[in-house]
Amino acid sequence: MQPKLQLLSSEMVQKILDEAFQLLMEPGVKVQLPEARKLLAEAGAQVDESAEVVRIPERLVREMLKTVPREFTLYNRAGEPTVHYGGDDVHFDPGSSGVHILDPDTLEHKTSYTPDLIRVLKVAESLPQYDAVSTSIVCNEIPKEIGDLYRLYLVLLYTTKPVVTGAFSVKTTPTMIDMLAIYAGGREALKQKPQAVFDVCPTPPLIWSHFGAQNLIDLARAGVPAEMISMPLAGAGSPVTILGSVVQHAAESLSGMVIHQLAQPGAPLVWGGAPAVFDMRQGTTPMGAIETAMIDAAYAQVGKSLGFPTHTYLGATDGKIVDYQAGLESGVSAMIGALAGINMISGAGMLDFLACISPEKLVLDAEAIGMAKRMVRGVEAHTDPLATAMFAGMGFKADFLKLAETRRLFSKEQYLPSAVIDRGSIRSWLDSGGPDAFARAKIRTQQLLSAYKRPTAWAEQEKELVAMVKALAKSAGMETLPSLDD
Amino acid sequence: MSQELFDAMKQSIVDGDPDLAAELARKAVAQGVNPLEALNQGFVPGVNYVGEQFSAGEMFLPDLVIAGEAMKAAVAVLEPELAKSGGQREVLGKVVMGTIEGDIHEIGKTLVVTMLSATGFQVYDLGVDVPVMKFVEKAREVNADIVGISALLTTTMVKQKDVIEALEDSGLRPRVKVMVGGAPVTQSWAKEIGADGYSEDAVGAVAVAKQLVGS
Repeated sequence: MQPKLQLLSSEMVQKILDEAFQLLMEPGVKVQLPEARKLLAEAGAQVDESAEVVRIPERLVREMLKTVPREFTLYNRAGEPTVHYGGDDVHFDPGSSGVHILDPDTLEHKTSYTPDLIRVLKVAESLPQYDAVSTSIVCNEIPKEIGDLYRLYLVLLYTTKPVVTGAFSVKTTPTMIDMLAIYAGGREALKQKPQAVFDVCPTPPLIWSHFGAQNLIDLARAGVPAEMISMPLAGAGSPVTILGSVVQHAAESLSGMVIHQLAQPGAPLVWGGAPAVFDMRQGTTPMGAIETAMIDAAYAQVGKSLGFPTHTYLGATDGKIVDYQAGLESGVSAMIGALAGINMISGAGMLDFLACISPEKLVLDAEAIGMAKRMVRGVEAHTDPLATAMFAGMGFKADFLKLAETRRLFSKEQYLPSAVIDRGSIRSWLDSGGPDAFARAKIRTQQLLSAYKRPTAWAEQEKELVAMVKALAKSAGMETLPSLDD
Repeated sequence: MSQELFDAMKQSIVDGDPDLAAELARKAVAQGVNPLEALNQGFVPGVNYVGEQFSAGEMFLPDLVIAGEAMKAAVAVLEPELAKSGGQREVLGKVVMGTIEGDIHEIGKTLVVTMLSATGFQVYDLGVDVPVMKFVEKAREVNADIVGISALLTTTMVKQKDVIEALEDSGLRPRVKVMVGGAPVTQSWAKEIGADGYSEDAVGAVAVAKQLVGS
């Protein structure tokens, strides 16, 4: 039995949806892309062209909901199914699009460059707790116009796991789809066995920007899964209450769904998000706040009630170093996301409101994720009888270590953390110099980096990819690409 | 000719399969394989492998213990055969082990017993709540090389010292090495009471015991 966190009664889910439908009519949704407005108008929505506002009747939303796939699978580079979006399956991937990297020695938040993203990718690829990798940090030496595709380029060179990515401009998404198609064996093959999901963001409140809407349409037509990232900021960019923000999230997501499904009925789509509460002292958007996690769990429940695969942004911290606050916020929020049965939980490794990533934190977060995944596996009956058979011949001696069942079952029952979680004696801790969790994570990060080997099975595809990205870099004014290591 | 059999023996220990280990031991006897060779070339490499894997963090306590059980099953078959042929198992040393009186904690001590037995020591396990003089008497009776005293409580730990003193009083101390262990025990405590060896865990205890008997 998978333990589940449910914050809403079914009556409340209905009330949320009811108000979301009301918002879609009054005030409606601002859709800045003419093509999207045209699709909506043709389907029966009321469009005010001058104000770019579209009113979407519930009937249309309900109809479009019928074509949204309830599940889909992401494949790794070898074409094996590894991530299942749907039901209450839980997966994790590192956070996306940071701009800084935490220097593990000076603890400075440094501007990130190519070698930093490579380090992050190597660590994420090596840790089994991560089901997917992400285009985690911006490489600042790369011209902005190719920055998004360049990050995907590094991901393809250094990892084999499915990818959570996205683009910040209209032009780049089709190029990135072509890059993925090289590895999948063409665009049609990519559609059959998608290797990546693309984040697409509405703008709060209730706006689908030109590029957001265009991305939805392009992804739908390419058959590449789109992940809607609605971002209500409770008290600033959305109503202050958790439920008010969940209503806005539902309205933004439902309107995006209609655009997406009108472009290509049946294209895979994820009910995702990255909401936060708004901190009333600092004016910041804390990702580690408990209410942020509550909005996430609540909107995921709404999405599930409609049959959507789900995503959220948890497992991150607003702290600046990898300390108690970081562990508290990352661990607790990862656990909440897992208990809410969210299919993909992004955010591990991130500090400082998702601005900074730390490979060392990624290593520590993997343990929180391991524990969260253990939790959602629940309490299982591995034996029948549960215990009595194991008392046969026990002789009142504490000899359960000798039982074959112990050997067979301990690793199924216990999540075995790596050495970054200290479960040794105080003596062995002192003998190794008394390292704290961050110091232990530094050691393990180095071990992972030196054990890492770049995938070699895709030499042909790699050649094609490098040639493609070289040409794109050249047209962006970059004569040579940064050199890469193995 | 027996390499295949030896490999299977090693594997039966690694897999922690006492029934298979005993069966392979009987097979060796039936085929006329030298029992000593069967032990040293077949089963012992399995125990060594498991110990190494445990130290490397690749195997776990249940693997260790059940490998010890498999070893015990093999030895139970082979030892009488050895005796019949007038030979005897190459024993690294004789160890008297117990948890000190007033202390009923057994698991750590039993782990050490299992590991020492599996690696070729002859171990006399006195159990828990063992009176000081019982260690001395047993050590004299079996002509022990090592006495191992376990304590899990700070209150019982002090009695480890009593055992050492009793060994001295009885004149056994010059030929008996003393190992101490248990959660509150430290290297400096071992030194303070004049023990010869200390280890934090069962695998380490094997290394210490080997060192103490000079092998």
